[in-house]
This record gives sequence, structure tokens and C-alpha cells, in this order.
Amino acid sequence: MKKMKFWISGALLALALAAHGADITVKGSDTLVILAQKWAETYMQSHPEVKIQVTGGGSGVGLAALQNGQTDIADASRPINAKEQEACVLKFGAVPTEYKVAVDGLSVYVNKDNPVKSLDMAQLQGIFIGKITNWKEVGGKDAPINIYSRENSSGTYEFFKEHVLKKKDFAASAQTMPGTAILVGRVESDPNGIGYGGAAYTTGARAIGVKKTADATAVEPTEDTVRNGSYPIWRYLYNYVLPKSDTKEIAAYLKWIRSAEGQKLAKDVGYYPLPADLQTK
Amino acid sequence: MEKPEQSKRSVGWMGLERGHRARPLEWLAEKMIFLVSLSAILMVFLIFIFITREALPIFLGQTDTAAARVIPADDIDKLSPEKLRAYLGLSPEDFKNKDHATLKLLMQLREKSAAENGDNKDAGINTTSWRYMLKPYQWSDNDRPEYIWQPRGEIQKFNIVPLLVGSLKVTIVALLFSVPVSLAAAIYVSQLCPPNVREVVKPSIELLAGIPSVVMGFFALTVMSGALQSIFHYRYALNSLLAGVALGLAVIPVIFSIAEDALTSVPRTYLQAALALGSSRWQAAWQVVVPAALPGIFAAIVLGFGRAVGETMIVLMASGNASVLSWNMLDSARTVTATIAAELGEAVSQSPHYRILFMIGVLLFIVTFLSNLAGELVMERLKGRLEGKR
Repeated sequence: MKKMKFWISGALLALALAAHGADITVKGSDTLVILAQKWAETYMQSHPEVKIQVTGGGSGVGLAALQNGQTDIADASRPINAKEQEACVLKFGAVPTEYKVAVDGLSVYVNKDNPVKSLDMAQLQGIFIGKITNWKEVGGKDAPINIYSRENSSGTYEFFKEHVLKKKDFAASAQTMPGTAILVGRVESDPNGIGYGGAAYTTGARAIGVKKTADATAVEPTEDTVRNGSYPIWRYLYNYVLPKSDTKEIAAYLKWIRSAEGQKLAKDVGYYPLPADLQTK
Repeated sequence: MEKPEQSKRSVGWMGLERGHRARPLEWLAEKMIFLVSLSAILMVFLIFIFITREALPIFLGQTDTAAARVIPADDIDKLSPEKLRAYLGLSPEDFKNKDHATLKLLMQLREKSAAENGDNKDAGINTTSWRYMLKPYQWSDNDRPEYIWQPRGEIQKFNIVPLLVGSLKVTIVALLFSVPVSLAAAIYVSQLCPPNVREVVKPSIELLAGIPSVVMGFFALTVMSGALQSIFHYRYALNSLLAGVALGLAVIPVIFSIAEDALTSVPRTYLQAALALGSSRWQAAWQVVVPAALPGIFAAIVLGFGRAVGETMIVLMASGNASVLSWNMLDSARTVTATIAAELGEAVSQSPHYRILFMIGVLLFIVTFLSNLAGELVMERLKGRLEGKR
């Protein structure tokens, strides 16, 4: 009798372990979280043996979780930096493997009633570092500019700081919002507001045209302009995996994400598919 | 003849002599409850120890954000093992476990990190020293000395003054709004109103305490912000005034219920004596009962202050979170609590940023602990005095 109990509990334990074996946790970028959830849901339908758990929090949060071994895949809307790589090397002896998973155009949002149709990169930098403080300086009405920014755990924040602000600090008066959806909501109700965020959130506020230089033509963020690089504020979105956990299930999942099927979902959610040479067959 | 000592009820060590044979279950339950209450004290103590330990390097000045001289990775074999270990900041055991390739990789990453940061003339500054955390400084991008909290970027700037001012500003607004309202309500409910009105008013004010702060914050963000702006026409829809008012709503039940408690605990004989001498109910309330309960009212305000300073979700959602140093109530504010909530998730553990967040957490803990302690002590003394023990 005792022996039988032992065998039954052993079998149950083995079963539990086997079921647990295909769990994948994904954590990171708030920009990517909608897409990552969509990917996970669709993938789980065709692969019921795999369980994928997706949470947001920000690129920094995801990469910090990767360094602490709390997630299998880190979503990021910016490339990993050397400090984070160093932490991974110290802990796991290797740099995380990088996968580009989608393309995102970063939109600059203004209120629907704002007469300003386009801004160039220098003007954008001036506005967000606080050198330009009135809309009339960029051809709008005489009203102060209210800046809406993201929390500094956001990959969007870092990308914008690096590419548009040229690594300068945001103006101290910039209000930080805990998510892109809330930010767009603020710009929608503030006639003098300006903010930035992923292209998937265009409802509510208006995405402004951006010029590379003062006398270039303004380019609106659309699939064509972002993918051919004529719209200046765009970026890759990444997934990072520790080499030791980049095995069977996770590798298959990442391969599927970068296939035509996964990339179609990226387009459905409002991002842009990877260039053909980066997609998997 | 019994000795007087024996006639006194002796309970012995942990009540062992008295009841543990006669009523073992009661004795056990009593001891369990005692242990649970003891563990609460232990928890507070452990929490304090933990957050202080994480913040200790800041207090001791052991953190350093100044960029160190970079040694090219190709020079790895020219360094002595000891020098290499110190350069990479590894502990001796860690260093032993790393092979040559890993060490070289680490050195390459150091180089890359330095290249990412570029050459900035502020790079040699240790921004985690007290001078840069408390006093204004003219950074290379600024045209005058400023207080700046910018924990991410080439140069991490950790000036905590804007955060302290932000917390204080929002708290002051919250108290200015909630103290008069809740004290007036407490005096009315405990002294002046008829019992059937009291039955309704008291629970409904205390119901405010049951609203989760995130719901209150969301309400402030979506409903109150637009309403207040359309009345006052100020520039920033999310500002300290809005956050303070929303925070005040959360503080009202705290101040109200403690103040009401203090007023009710004034013995009825005080009131009856005043009425017998011919005073009106209003005079009796204002000139006799309120002065007698004054320490309790003070305690209520202090506890309300503690609640307001420590509240996170409402200010995170409603204050706009701009780390600007300004006493203007219509500017946005970034509070200590909102900063910790927003940034701790992303701060790499053990980094200077992480430690500074714990350091401001310690400051917050001390402030709320002291204000709560002061409130409780005053309340305790008041009770003793009114019951004639002191």
C-alpha cells in the first residue's frame, strides 16, 4: 500500500513537471506588450502544450528581470546597453542573444485643434529640452507648450532622449505619464499639449509630420515612410534571451514571431513588419 | 493568615501558573495572539533594517558615479590579476570563477559603455555625494545652477530637493483642504447634530476610507482634472492642487474618525455642567468640549499628515510627476512616493539609482513613523487625562 502511494505521487510529480516544462515568461516593454500578448495568444492556440505568460512594466524592467533570472524573454523597445550586458555576463557568463522582432515608428502627438502641421528635428529637440516654450515660435498660436513625457523606465523615453533630444535632459517641466495610452489621452484633452509614443496609439490625438531638417518636406508616420526610413523617428523592437535558455520551445517561438505569420500580427496591432531579409522563412 | 502578596492575583511567567492547566485552549490562544502582535513589531523593525541596509552605501558615501579611466580590452594581459579584479569591481570568489574570455568580454563592455556615454565634462563628478543631492549645480547643459532629478541619462542627476518640495507641497494642499472640512464634520457629528443624522453622516464619511487609492487617482485623472481646469483655467491640468484635493479626500476619513473619537471621549459630565450653567449647545461644544479634546484633534491632524505623505497611487496619477522645483500650487509636482513607485522597477539592483531610491524611502519611513508615533502618544496622553489617571 505504502509503495503504491509512493509511485502514484511520483507519477503525479513527473506529470506536473512535464506540464511545467513548456512555460515561457515574457516581460518588458509597455510598447510591445499588446503585440507580445497577441503573439502569445495566437501561438498558444496552435501549440497548446506551450504556456506563455506576458507582462509589461517597461524595457528597463524586462531587462532587469532578465539579469535577475526572473524571465525567459525580455521585451525591449531599445537595444540593450553595455551596463546591462555587463550584469548578464557577471551573472550568467554570456551576453543575451538579440532578436529584432518588429519595426515601430514613434509618433509625436499634438492636440487635434493645434494649427501646427509639422516640426523639424531641431524644433522637436528644442521643445522637449525646454528651449522652445511657446507655440508661436514654431508657427502656432501664442500659447505655452505643455510637454508630456514617459516615466524613465520606458524604452520609448530612452529612445526619444537618444534620437530626438540627442541625449540632453528633458525639460524639468515635462510631466511624466505612467503609460502611452494615458499620455495620448492627456494630449487629446490639452490644446497646448505635445507628447510622443508608439504608432499603435494614434486614436484621440493627431500625429504630427516630421521634417529631417528645416527645409526638408514633412513626412507623416505611415507604413511606407517608416519602413523605407524616410520618416526620421523609427526603431526596431527587440526580444532578448539568455543563451542558456534559448533552446527548443523558446527558439521555436521566436522563430515563429519573425515568420510571415507573426509579422502579419505585428501589422494588425499597428506596428510595421520587419524588412524581408530579417524575417525567418 | 494569608500574606498580602498571595492574595494578589499572581499570573506568573506567561500566565503559566494561573490557567494553563484549567483552561489550556484559552491559554494557548492567548499566547498565539501575543506572538502575532509581537511579530508585527518585529516586521516593522525588519523592514526598517532592510531598507536602511540597501541605502547604507549612500549614507556612508561608498557609491560613486564618476566615470573611471577606461583600460583598453587588448591590454588585459598587461594587468596583474589583482589590478584587473579591482578594475572590474569583482569580489575575489567571483573573480576566480571567471575564465579569460569572460574577463575580456567584461573589459570590452566597459569600453563600449564609456563610448556610449561619450565625453561629457560632467562625467568625472560623483553625483551621489550629498553636495549634488541637496545643492543646486550648474551642469554643462544649463546656464545657471539648478536642482535637477534626472536619474537616467549620460550623467545621472540625483538632486532630491524637487522631490521633497513636491511631497511637501502636495501634502500641504491636502491638509489645507481636508483639515477644516473633517474637523468641522467631526464637531458637528459628535456635538451638534441629532442622532438620526449622525447615523447617516458618520458611516458615509468613513466609507470614503474604503475607496481604493488607485480608484481615487483614476477619478482625479479623468474626471476632476477636466472639471477643475474648466473652472480655474490654469495651464497644467495635472498639478499639485488637483493631487492635493484628491489626496485630501483620502485623508478626510482618517482625520474625521480620530477627531470624532477624541471629541466623543470627552466625558458627558463636561457637557452637562456647561449646559447647566446656561451655555448653549454651540457654546458648550466650542468652549468646553473642543478645548478638552484639543490634543486628540492635534493627533488626528498629525496622523492625517502621515497618511498624506505616504500615499502613492493618487499622486502618481494626478500630480503630473514633473520633477520641477517650484512652490506654485498650479505647477505639477513629483513626490517621493511616486518617484519610488515609478522608478524602482527599472533600477538595476545595487546601482546608485536603486540605492538612492531606498535612501529617500528611509527618509519617508522616518517621517511617517515619527508623525504616527507623535499622534499615538498625544492620543494616549489625552485618554489618560480625560479618564483622570493623570
